[in-house]
Amino acid sequence: MTENSKLLQPENPVGIIGYGAYVPKYRLPATEVSKVWTDGVGGLPVVEKSVPGIDEDVVTMSIEAARNAMNRARIDVSEVRAVWVGSESHPYAVKPTSTIVAEAIGAVPNTQAADWEFACKAGTEAMVAAMGLVGSKMAKYAIAIGMDTAQGRPGDPLEYTAAAGGAAFVIGPADEALAEIECTYSFVTDTPDFWRRAYQKYPEHGHRFTGEPAYFKHVTEAAKYMLETSETKAEDYAYVVFHQPNAKFPQTVGKQLGFTPEQIKTGLLVSEIGNTYSGAAIIGLTAILDEAKPGDRILMVSYGSGAGSDAMILKVTDQIDDRRKNAPSTRSYISRRKEIDYATYARMRGKLTMK
Amino acid sequence: MDIPRHWRLKKQRYALVGEVCDHCDSKVFPPRDICPDCGEEAKTLYSFSGKGEVYSYTKVFEAPAGFDENAPYTVAMVKLEEGPLVTAQLTDLDESNLEIGMPVEMVTRKLRSATDERGMLVYGYKFRPVMA
Ligand SMILES: [Zn+2]
Repeated sequence: MTENSKLLQPENPVGIIGYGAYVPKYRLPATEVSKVWTDGVGGLPVVEKSVPGIDEDVVTMSIEAARNAMNRARIDVSEVRAVWVGSESHPYAVKPTSTIVAEAIGAVPNTQAADWEFACKAGTEAMVAAMGLVGSKMAKYAIAIGMDTAQGRPGDPLEYTAAAGGAAFVIGPADEALAEIECTYSFVTDTPDFWRRAYQKYPEHGHRFTGEPAYFKHVTEAAKYMLETSETKAEDYAYVVFHQPNAKFPQTVGKQLGFTPEQIKTGLLVSEIGNTYSGAAIIGLTAILDEAKPGDRILMVSYGSGAGSDAMILKVTDQIDDRRKNAPSTRSYISRRKEIDYATYARMRGKLTMK
Repeated sequence: MDIPRHWRLKKQRYALVGEVCDHCDSKVFPPRDICPDCGEEAKTLYSFSGKGEVYSYTKVFEAPAGFDENAPYTVAMVKLEEGPLVTAQLTDLDESNLEIGMPVEMVTRKLRSATDERGMLVYGYKFRPVMA
């Protein structure tokens, strides 16, 4: 690493002690959306997307992912000093998601609890904060979660992809980690590509403006600086995972940065489950951790509208093989699949007016 | 106003926390501080594994107030692997596979909104078919 670097690196090495994914069971094929709104004409950004059950929200999904992460971490929950949940779909406008999650996993009362919001990068933002808390030895363990039940306005292009899912991570000292997080770098500007105003149910977006100056600019700058400053090249990584709002963007940016389809494919889940927003990059990471080998290097780059990217370099340790079997794999959630039609989707997502 | 009741029940509802009898090791749910097997005091907290099997079930079409959003749904008596029977809603169900003896596992889900869309959200245990 060069002097004066803008990389974020904790004084004491940290890593992922346990990880857990969650994806709801229901799937809405993109053809169901196009049948209703475009007469089936035009290309589709994904094959299908995950839809939360009528009794699911960011609280319940975060609880299950956190339980999976704790089962892999195998630590005493009384040593957890933070439960942080990143989302753009917290069930309450005022009242933390994180206190309910902390209560359900038994982490109360001696803990930090807060909700994070940064469009699709709230999850990695919470991970970076957890690295700081653990890396400064203020806390031994911290839990960072990114989870969403994203909404798209009926007929909007986002309706094809706005999905539900995410992941949880127990962050702790590197010598207990199944993957060490070597460093992170964040690239942030004020870019109005996507937003939702207070009291509005559905978000607005800048249409074509969401591509070049938003997603591509931030992901590319974050990844490039990370590679240059850490003096690594694309071929040093076994896997790479990007934020994935659709199937095209992450594959395009990956190719531009010199990564092969082989490096990208394990963490690229968007065609099968849609864009899980705060969960999108990190559930790609859990799919990678499900199959990575000790010594493998992983590059993750998230993206959140508004806008910014967090890049993170991870190195898998020999503790991975022993831990991963203690909770369901990401793939087992993806294959637990029940297809629904547009009418069922409209009911489940509260799009039918009852009064 | 049932906010105090929801608040008091949260531990047992979110995570299936009951009690264990220090005298005969019976597991108790819901917690009642007295062992139903030997009649002695049972106040030690015990976290159930959440695994069990369907003991009996019925389908609800006319749901009570607050649950109509979920109807129709299936309610089951679940025999926990530690012994007690609990009544709970089944979720993520493939009805073609539903039968007595079906293995299930506990999940924490949204039970209902306490009043209307302005009321507090009530979370608690349900059971789903065990994930393969
Ligand atoms: Zn007893």
